[in-house]
Amino acid sequence: MSVNTARAKLLRNTGFYIAAFLGTVFVATPILFALLGGFKDNQQLRESALGLPNPWHVGNYLDVLADGTFWRQLFNSVFIALVTTFIVVAAAAAVAYVFARFQFRGREGLFTLFAAGMMFPFTVAVLPLFIILRTFEMLNSPLGVILPQAAFGLPLTIIILRSFFRQIPGEVEEAATIDGAGPWRFFLQILLPMSRPVIATVSVLALVGSWNSYLLPLVVLSKPTWQTLPLGVTQFQGEYATETAKVLAFVMLAMLPALIFYAFAERQLISGLTSGGTKG
Amino acid sequence: MAAFISPALILFVLFVLVPVLFAAYTAFFRWNGLGGFPTDFVGLENFQTMLQDKVFLADLWRILLITILSIAVQLPMAFGLAMLLHQNFPGRTAFRLLFFVPYILTEAVTAVLFRLIFSPRRGFADAVLAGFGIDGIGWLSDKNIVIFVIFGILTWKFFGFHMILYLAGRQSIPEELYEAAKVDGATGKQLFRHITLPLMGPTLRITVFLSVIGTVQLFDLVYVLTKGGPFHASETLAITMYEQGFVRNQIGYASALSIAMFLLSLVFALIYQRYVLGRDLQGALTSSDGGRS
Repeated sequence: MSVNTARAKLLRNTGFYIAAFLGTVFVATPILFALLGGFKDNQQLRESALGLPNPWHVGNYLDVLADGTFWRQLFNSVFIALVTTFIVVAAAAAVAYVFARFQFRGREGLFTLFAAGMMFPFTVAVLPLFIILRTFEMLNSPLGVILPQAAFGLPLTIIILRSFFRQIPGEVEEAATIDGAGPWRFFLQILLPMSRPVIATVSVLALVGSWNSYLLPLVVLSKPTWQTLPLGVTQFQGEYATETAKVLAFVMLAMLPALIFYAFAERQLISGLTSGGTKG
Repeated sequence: MAAFISPALILFVLFVLVPVLFAAYTAFFRWNGLGGFPTDFVGLENFQTMLQDKVFLADLWRILLITILSIAVQLPMAFGLAMLLHQNFPGRTAFRLLFFVPYILTEAVTAVLFRLIFSPRRGFADAVLAGFGIDGIGWLSDKNIVIFVIFGILTWKFFGFHMILYLAGRQSIPEELYEAAKVDGATGKQLFRHITLPLMGPTLRITVFLSVIGTVQLFDLVYVLTKGGPFHASETLAITMYEQGFVRNQIGYASALSIAMFLLSLVFALIYQRYVLGRDLQGALTSSDGGRS
């Protein structure tokens, strides 16, 4: 490599790093503000909003962790997300299996009905949903959040699963049938295990969707018993309006589960979340 | 076979179809939400009210404003960073992972964080300005700038998503095309103009689509940040609907607003698909096949 190309490369890399550095400052500043702010006391926050904590206070984080509210809301969020995901993936897989592998009159019509669900933003339905849930006495119940979330997750999940199930060769099913497997056994013991990657993708979509959900819990869960973390964070800020440092600690702790999940499953998370974009 | 279909069908009918149809029905009534079914039929009155509602009309204007800003600022920024991170330089994976972080955070939680950052009581943003000797700004309380602050936060939250889509689009272009063009003496600018840009077309068009649809349905972030204030200056269609329905109990009018939101998304989707996406999707929104197989 000549001196010139080496210099050009150095120059080029420097340009990259400047742009990437600016992007990093843009992205990281708010998160660092929350992380570090949680270690300050309110006086420090007022007087040196930009500096490092001095001294470092762990009290805000400990207070939030020692309060049962955070843990209960964390449990509620996890519980509602897991049950939503199980229901939407199980129900969608079953019907996608039928759409992909059975011939019957009205199949395409039925599929179009589900796919048309993609056209309805959840916000359009939230008001009548509230009235329906009130009629069924499902307000303040986790099912009032879980079932509508699962229902609105169906269209995309069905579309993704159906197109995957279709690609599994017919010979696999024939071989299973010859070996005496009925549709249930084929579905549970062969099709689903073979579809693990796509099941992971749609599960990530459902989990993240439920974890981030705000509008539905806001209207359904007015009592604290089943309230989820997004509701909890907004209410915590209302209650502790003057204690900014404590709210920052709560915000940071509420972000942590998603960040940890991302650290361990970034590949699945990115491909799952963007498949909603490219497939939708 | 019924056992395979019925759970999904029951869920879908009860919690998607019935509510959507119920909203369409209720939109033609004056109703406070009590007493079973609406009875006071008013025809198109709710829709007429809507067309004279200054808040609703301003909501539409803000959708347009945010869309224009996104196409002019957010998407080019995402595109530029994607092109940058496509280059081979040490550490690019770390940057790619970092830039996606805002997208994975919950909107409502992000909004609380930014409320504190842009707090009028010596918030972080004001402290940064003070460092440059500039006085504090009413970031979220000044009706002339609040929408731009919100746009900045939206950019922070969503550019990483578009960046990842652009990266995927760029990576799907075969390198051979570039090599062949280089052999023919094409310059870097020509490569970008005649290979990268046209072959990224489908990705660019889909991100504009997703950005617009997302803007039409915006709620969580803005509601937690400002509740649409001050004086409706940052209100979105979904917030107007929420306020009318859940705060003022004007269920009929709120239903009409939600139908308007649906129609806006639908009409945009159909027009965009017909005239812009065209070949990209081959009928993804209308054909029973979904264009996805």
